[in-house]
Amino acid sequence: MPTLIKLAEGRFSAAEDVFADVADEDVLPDGPVILSLTRFQADGDALVSAGRPVGVRIQADEAVEDLAYDLPRLAVVALVFPKYRDGRAYSSAALLRQRLGYAGEVRAIGDVLREQAGFMVRCGIDAFAPADGSTPEGWAAAAGRYRHVYQRAVDARPPAFEERG
Amino acid sequence: MYRYDAIDRELVADRAAEFRGQVARRLAGELTEDQFKPLRLMNGLYLQLHAYMLRVAIPYGSLDSRQLRRLAHIARTWDQGYGHFTTRQNIQFNWIKLADTPDILDELARVDLHAIQTSGNCIRNVTADPYAGATAEEIDDPRVWSEVIRQWSTLHPEFSYLPRKFKFAVTAAAKDRTAARVHDIGLVLRRARDGSLGFEVIVGGGQGRTPYVGPTIREHLPVDSLLSYLQAILRVYNRHGRRDNIYKARIKILVAALGKDEFARQVEEEWSKIEASQADLPDTELARIRAAFTPLDFQTLPARSDAFEAARTASPALARFARNNVKPHKKAGYAIVEVSLKAPGATPGDASADQMDLVADLAERYSLDDVRVTHEQNLVLPHVKLDDLPTVHAALESAGLATPNINLISDIIACPGLDYCALANARAIPIAQAIARRFEDADRAELIGELKIKISGCINACGHHHVGNIGILGVDKKGEEFYQLSLGGSGQEDASLAQILGPGMSADKVPDAIEALVGAYLAVRQGEERFLDTVRRLGMAPFKEAVYADAH
Ligand code: HEM
Ligand code: SF4
Repeated sequence: MPTLIKLAEGRFSAAEDVFADVADEDVLPDGPVILSLTRFQADGDALVSAGRPVGVRIQADEAVEDLAYDLPRLAVVALVFPKYRDGRAYSSAALLRQRLGYAGEVRAIGDVLREQAGFMVRCGIDAFAPADGSTPEGWAAAAGRYRHVYQRAVDARPPAFEERG
Repeated sequence: MYRYDAIDRELVADRAAEFRGQVARRLAGELTEDQFKPLRLMNGLYLQLHAYMLRVAIPYGSLDSRQLRRLAHIARTWDQGYGHFTTRQNIQFNWIKLADTPDILDELARVDLHAIQTSGNCIRNVTADPYAGATAEEIDDPRVWSEVIRQWSTLHPEFSYLPRKFKFAVTAAAKDRTAARVHDIGLVLRRARDGSLGFEVIVGGGQGRTPYVGPTIREHLPVDSLLSYLQAILRVYNRHGRRDNIYKARIKILVAALGKDEFARQVEEEWSKIEASQADLPDTELARIRAAFTPLDFQTLPARSDAFEAARTASPALARFARNNVKPHKKAGYAIVEVSLKAPGATPGDASADQMDLVADLAERYSLDDVRVTHEQNLVLPHVKLDDLPTVHAALESAGLATPNINLISDIIACPGLDYCALANARAIPIAQAIARRFEDADRAELIGELKIKISGCINACGHHHVGNIGILGVDKKGEEFYQLSLGGSGQEDASLAQILGPGMSADKVPDAIEALVGAYLAVRQGEERFLDTVRRLGMAPFKEAVYADAH
């Protein structure tokens, strides 16, 4: 089973990924699944009603707002970074947390590299499927590289202007 | 100067430490060039034709003497003894070794300088009016707002992987010295009829292969809503800007595709959903930033300086310098002095380490420790007493820095072109040098008056050729360097894009063609009309005729 790095209460640790990442053409396996937005819109209701943990995969060009009414029932929203330099998912994450009030797991998948750790955490992403073999320790070091931040974001870090207080 | 506090310093120090680690991993072979490239580009380190180029940020073009001396030191120690001031008010060092860059960043950090966000698809160094804090024209100090944007955009978690690079210009004067209308976002501070301070927000201007003069999407944004509104613009762009084709990825393409009104509507809709208290700076922080700009110790002086008047009567050179390079200051008895980096035969924007040291000394002694870089690639001593002008002029002259040509025909912007740049089709610097030499006669240059020539070595338009009164673009014609001329551009408040004049020509023909354009202008100009005004009045025909007559 692939491993994830998860962030909880300020600590990064390795975690087993119990969700099966299901492509649209795959036969639906048992247990927790992550589906595309399209497949979720078709089959999600039934699965969730049956008590199954369900997550949704959001591509960079899909709007997280489309999930607004389903969010309370979702176990995971997995945001796809098709390339590390495609930054749309940062906005998606910020919107999920700040505007849509989603409190469940927001996971970064795709071209997910250690150098992006700080930005991801600040946008409210709390689970990472690194594409570069990063360890939780490496991830924590990268995310904690800066002693200060200038702007308010999704995380609880006080911006410089509050530190200056 | 905005004075860094411990927090600002630690952030820059952390960045330098981070890059040191990344360079070490690269040199040890733990990172491939492919993996390293995005990291070095986050720190302004480009690979050019012959060496690495390091671009150092000069926020809103503002330096003190200590910083300028450090730049001179870097030029001397790690480069070939000079640096290149750019149209983004930054400085570039062209001959850098990768292994030296961590030490250079440490040296920079010691004087509160860095290379953060001088490259990459993020919010780049914010440029502002180089006369900020000195000109009577301004209604507020644009540096305060530029610093607000600098802090907000530094390592912004949501906006560091935009579709493409993103450039701001901020001005508060009616006369635009920042080219605000050809930036991704141009902000022009204005007072409304009720006296309130606001920004005219211009979005989607730009140069490159598809130039646009940016439309205004909001006439009057209250200043305290700046950051929430910028967040809305950047979020719309981050989500909807094109990422499939880098040539169509700038915000200008999105604004043009949606249309100005629809783009503005999307921004306003997003803005209405942003919680202002989360996004805008508290008033206390705005006040702190304003107060962190060192208050300047101006003296009360008479408006007229007898010493200066006598010296200028005695010295035609000083008189000429005063006519062209000295601009009015808001305080009686002071002047703004432009230091030309466009001596005939020089590379536009280059300054040697010795020249930088000299300007730093002059700034310290005669300009309240303040130096500016202009987007037209000159330096400015913004607060010189009229009484000191003769001394300052003599010192500049001794270092080849007193060329009296600001805004004249030899005050040329040129990109690095084929001499340095891997993307170039043609050289730009030698063309600038040839034109400057051709028009070396200062009397004649003054007679011609304001005429802005801008040269780019390829369609990326780093040399601003689209907004040149005369634009010159290097193209590749079957392996030969060719130059295409265009007329009628302006990057100022009356911004317009230059129109192509006719077929391209080889390098040796360019000075003659400029000569012909100038001749045609002088023959028909009316009164005080600038070259640009004449082109606007008469159109291309007389100029085309003058340049291509031989070809008939
Ligand atoms: C030598 C290395 C350089 C490279 C490889 C380079 C590359 C580019 C590219 C690809 C563009 C087009 C961007 C676009 O349209 O999206 C561009 C635009 C621009 N560059 Fe450069 N450039 C270089 C040096 C410079 C220098 C030295 C300056 C300043 C003197 C400069 C200032 C600009 C400006 C003002 C623009 C146009 C405005 C804009 O659309 O952003 N560049 N550059
Ligand atoms: S305009 Fe072209 S040649 Fe000139 S610096 Fe830019 S990319 Fe290089």
